[in-house]
Amino acid sequence: MSTITSSRNIEDLRLENLVKSFGDFLAVDDITLTIPAGSFFALLGASGCGKTTTLRMIAGLEDPTSGTIKVGNTDITGLRAFQRPVNTVFQSYALFPHLDIFENVAFGLRRRGIKDVTPAVEAMLELVELAPMARRKPAQLSGGQQQRVAVARALINQPDVLLLDEPLGALDLKLRRQMQIELKRIQTEVGTTFVHVTHDQEEAMTMADTVAVMNAGRIEQMGHPADVYELPKTAFVANFLGQANLFSGSVTGRDGEDLVVATNGLSMRLPAQRNSATGTELLVGVRPEKMTILDEVDAGKIPTGSNLVTGLVTDVSYTGVSTQYLVEAPWGQVLNVFEQNVIVGDRCEVGDPVLVHWAPEHTFGLGS
Amino acid sequence: MVVGVAAKGGTSIAPGAQRRSRTGYFLLLPGMAWLGIFFAIPIATLFMTSLQAPVEGASGQYAPAFQVSNYADAIIEYWPQFLRSFLYAGIATLLALVIAYPLAYFIAVKAGRWRTLMLVLVIAPSFASFLLRTYAWRTILADESPVTTFLNALHVLPDDRILNTSIAVIAGLTYNFLPFMVLPLYAALERLDPRLIEASNDLYANPITTFRKVTWPLSLPGVVAGTLLTFIPAAGDYINAELLGSTQDRMIGNAIQTNFIDFRDYPIASALSFMLMAAILVLVFAYIRRAGTEDLV
Repeated sequence: MSTITSSRNIEDLRLENLVKSFGDFLAVDDITLTIPAGSFFALLGASGCGKTTTLRMIAGLEDPTSGTIKVGNTDITGLRAFQRPVNTVFQSYALFPHLDIFENVAFGLRRRGIKDVTPAVEAMLELVELAPMARRKPAQLSGGQQQRVAVARALINQPDVLLLDEPLGALDLKLRRQMQIELKRIQTEVGTTFVHVTHDQEEAMTMADTVAVMNAGRIEQMGHPADVYELPKTAFVANFLGQANLFSGSVTGRDGEDLVVATNGLSMRLPAQRNSATGTELLVGVRPEKMTILDEVDAGKIPTGSNLVTGLVTDVSYTGVSTQYLVEAPWGQVLNVFEQNVIVGDRCEVGDPVLVHWAPEHTFGLGS
Repeated sequence: MVVGVAAKGGTSIAPGAQRRSRTGYFLLLPGMAWLGIFFAIPIATLFMTSLQAPVEGASGQYAPAFQVSNYADAIIEYWPQFLRSFLYAGIATLLALVIAYPLAYFIAVKAGRWRTLMLVLVIAPSFASFLLRTYAWRTILADESPVTTFLNALHVLPDDRILNTSIAVIAGLTYNFLPFMVLPLYAALERLDPRLIEASNDLYANPITTFRKVTWPLSLPGVVAGTLLTFIPAAGDYINAELLGSTQDRMIGNAIQTNFIDFRDYPIASALSFMLMAAILVLVFAYIRRAGTEDLV
């Protein structure tokens, strides 16, 4: 039986060749990854991509079909949920309705036979700013407060890994933003490894130091949020993590560090090291906010060497911070373009012929 | 932010609640009228009958009076039946709980698509008459029946028989009222969120501790409802004692029946009925207080 100590040796969480199938359906398809100790790791993907199944296998609530789960060098694959040094913040919180907040938080400590739980519980309630609520029942708390009880109830056990299953999904947008910052603060304070499952790409990028984008049971790409966003390696990642404009084309030549690509009768350039396609056929991509939209008459302002597409504005949405344009290219493809609203009243209108350009260094290449 | 939410959490009455509660009273009216005509008035009549005195010279005739001694007479004559009723009903309720809990748990949690079928099977025996089913037990538990022969071979029966012993009466009560235990337990367990079990497992509770600390407390409303629905009718039952027991196993229901039908001693029969009701009420209130249902979810 472990006791709470202030200085602990947190170890890496390792998944090795993890597979889970439900009948014919392969929910998790051979995942191998190491989650460094003390990191805030986000598993990002659409529903049904296997991210929650992965989390449940780490928690011990689901048995893997094959593969191993290790904390440091200790294999925990065979341990039951109640034997693992891992705790979970459940999607719907799963607070015990018959116990008050204090007893909910004390639950794990009591099960491990710790006699005097009061100081630890009080300190934990202090951390999540719920000390005055100790004797309330979960049903008497708001969604955000229940969420923090769920975090406190898991964290108090000082797990090697804290698993968060869409923990903010039930909260409204404003509270969600607040809790994102809160969770990040708590994670920094306690230093535990957090594994966060979410379908909200903004949430993943805001909170995590490492994001893994999952699709169809596999990890498509993993890395620092900014790296994954700026240089996606697959079309799925480019579209799931933010938005992307993708043009199919083929490499026609090389100009110094840049590749020259023919696409839809146009010639575009991108740095060779930003191309992850292996053959000559590829998708040329660019993020909407990297593009600049200009009136046709301002053609002279375009820097030489820029990638350029002409088109007609088909939709303008003003969102306050930025304006989102839909621009139809001559070959029928509709592009997404964001423009910061720096200058008031200087907007293109629907039907305007426009020029959309961006720098080659913001372009990336993907396998098609 | 915390303070603001805390203040809001204190007063959770919705603005429309006031008007809605008044509508509720109107909706109560038909039920209240029903209770008044078919419960309150008969109870009052019963109470008055229990205080009547015999008319001199006319056997079986009673006149309104205030003869409180009827109660004392009834108690002195029939206290063993009273005790037996509560003892048999108590044991039968406990047995029903022990049998019904795993059954209800299985139906609610594990049965999956067989759930409806299994629930129908629990209720199916009730389609046959209560009396008929109890008669059937006479055959099953008869002295030369396979059940009795088998148990005798194991030498586990104190009197070498089952029929006409207290064992048969308790078995009959348990059998007859089992569905009333299964159904409320099923309803409580079916509502139990499986994620709470997972959360308990995740928080270092092994399956046994999870049952003690999560499943059992959350099923308590079903346990309370089931035990009441079993105990109350079992304590007042007379069919099982009549058909399955000996004269040594008579319960209070039998005493009431005999006094009403055979002796035509209406005041004593009424006094017994009234005391049975009062005793059950007191027991039920004490039980509910102890179980603390108002504190449950």
